[in-house]
Amino acid sequence: MQQAQRLNTPPVDTGDAYLLQGETYTSISDSISNVPLTGPLKTPRGWFIGFTIAFALLMVYFVSIAWLFIRGVGIWGINIPVGWGMDIINFVWWIGIGHAGTLISAILLLLNQSWRNSINRFAEAMTLFAVACAGMYPILHLGRPWLFYWLTPYPNTMGMWPQFRSPLTWDVFAISTYALVSLVFWLVGLMPDFATMRDRSTHPLGRTLWGIAALGWRGSAKHWHRYEMASLLLAGLSTPLVVSVHSIISLDFAVSQLPGWQVTVFPPYFVAGAVFAGFAMVLLLMIPIRSWYGFQAYITMRHLDVMAKIMLATGMIVVYGYFMEVFASVYSGNVYEEYLLENRLFGPSAWAYYGLLFCNAIAIQPLWFKRVRQSIPALIVISAIVSVGMWLERYVIIVISLERDFLPSSWAQYNPTFWDWSLYLGTFGLFFTLLFLFIRILPMINIFEMRLMLNQERQRAAWYAEGTPKPGSHKGHDDHGSNPEKRTTGATAAGD
Amino acid sequence: MATLTRQVPFYGLMAEFSTPEALIAATKAAREAGYRKMDAYSPFPIEEVIDEIDHGRSTGIPPLVLTAGLIGATTGFVLQYIGAFVDYPINVGGRPLNWEGWPAFVPITFELMILLAAFTAAISMVVLNGLPMPYHPVFNAPRFDRASQDLFFLCIEAVDPLFDRTETERFLRTLAPNQVSEVES
Repeated sequence: MQQAQRLNTPPVDTGDAYLLQGETYTSISDSISNVPLTGPLKTPRGWFIGFTIAFALLMVYFVSIAWLFIRGVGIWGINIPVGWGMDIINFVWWIGIGHAGTLISAILLLLNQSWRNSINRFAEAMTLFAVACAGMYPILHLGRPWLFYWLTPYPNTMGMWPQFRSPLTWDVFAISTYALVSLVFWLVGLMPDFATMRDRSTHPLGRTLWGIAALGWRGSAKHWHRYEMASLLLAGLSTPLVVSVHSIISLDFAVSQLPGWQVTVFPPYFVAGAVFAGFAMVLLLMIPIRSWYGFQAYITMRHLDVMAKIMLATGMIVVYGYFMEVFASVYSGNVYEEYLLENRLFGPSAWAYYGLLFCNAIAIQPLWFKRVRQSIPALIVISAIVSVGMWLERYVIIVISLERDFLPSSWAQYNPTFWDWSLYLGTFGLFFTLLFLFIRILPMINIFEMRLMLNQERQRAAWYAEGTPKPGSHKGHDDHGSNPEKRTTGATAAGD
Repeated sequence: MATLTRQVPFYGLMAEFSTPEALIAATKAAREAGYRKMDAYSPFPIEEVIDEIDHGRSTGIPPLVLTAGLIGATTGFVLQYIGAFVDYPINVGGRPLNWEGWPAFVPITFELMILLAAFTAAISMVVLNGLPMPYHPVFNAPRFDRASQDLFFLCIEAVDPLFDRTETERFLRTLAPNQVSEVES
């Protein structure tokens, strides 16, 4: 009956609802689609400021790439034996951030978690942009990036093939598949919303462009049937895909024989770390955007609470991974493995190891408390710390292991240069430029899924209030649907 | 009852409803009244309506996706086998250069399976739905632009054998719609 009482209360975010009271199908359609439909002159000033900064950083990116193309990878701090530096650290960091988007869009769809409807579009966009940032790094670190197409198997006059038994070639396939499937999933999700935009747009050019994008979508029940089936299948395919992608990335390390890389726990530990970092980034981006655009009714405190819980859970899996790394070193009885632990704890880069333990293991512990999970400043601080921590994790894995390999005579120190940092800063420019364009041009919340969620909330509220079967079910018709739970998300329409 | 060979000057009759519940009830009533050539239009998928309109008909997508996935996996494996063992064998760390080396091919085989299956799921949804279709008669119905926003529509098409201009309109009016209108063809 708690839910029934909520019907009579004004829309105050008490932290227990995914959709605030007072919303209608009309208000949802209008408020979300109004953001892209607003004329260019009425764009919020904050958007221009943010976009300008992001665009300036994008120019930093282009300059860094241009200088790299002119001078080669020698402008970076990499050396022998530290052949992988910030290029690979940032590659793994960015792609990990993307994984939260796929988790939200695919895995939570399969698990019937309809609260994801408010955040999946945004998280998927974040995935795409993060993968774009990530995908550039391996290409840029090739040395001769303009020959990157040699990585693909194509008929060539050299009579050569890529080395299919190398994890680096697996990476090419994993990341390109991930990027393409994420893009397709995202576009499929946008299709019905393009139709809404087409129908709400008053500008002739807007109507034409949205109309082209909508492909003539008219919301027919027959269309929805296939649409739901396709979404369900895409979710089912994306779920193992996202697990495979970061597993394969971890194999880049785990297949080698370097202490600190050759650990069997790597694939699950990397996947959990990716989701962990991804949710931290979703929270960091979501919290300001929901208040700038007034979407607190759609992205409620309860959403933030649930995301914080997922962050805590995946964070604890990552902490387990740290324990297993220590255990593997101690238990191996191998002098190189044992030295790895000593080097991490007391070596010249020990600050990174302690930093990662603080950021990823200690700083997340307050999330056990609901008061912290529902406090916006606390979430921002913890998410930022986690983002730094996950960067440090990759630094520890890559750099600390490479700095001290088997031969003490070849040990070296890794110092990132200006161009390492400028390229990293530049990827933020690419990421945020795309993100700002996205929130300006496209509906950043999935409109049709929000309507679906509203419908479901209404049924649930009515069900709790009356204790009767579905509201509005007309007398005289055979009605089996006494349980509103039956119609939770769009994914349940798996009729065939 | 009109003759089957009559001219059909319009596409059908469109009833407009305000709530998903009303559309569900109307679709059920129309099916019980014997109408088959009809379609419902809603701003979000409604399972009950889909059940009534498609009535157990398969979407046709799953078999296509399965086939595409199998083709993708086979392509991936054969491609790697030929590339790494037949056409360009390189000894790396003494790893076997025959079928015993298959585990190394699992990741790419898997990725290509997912890639082809996912593309097929999306493309077959669009193609089987008859999209892209920039023009369709139902777009002529009044207020149909709100079928993608907040209104719910049921269209009984003129090609239905039971369709009769006055009789069907009277039937639709019994379902308490906001309005019933003729859809130009």
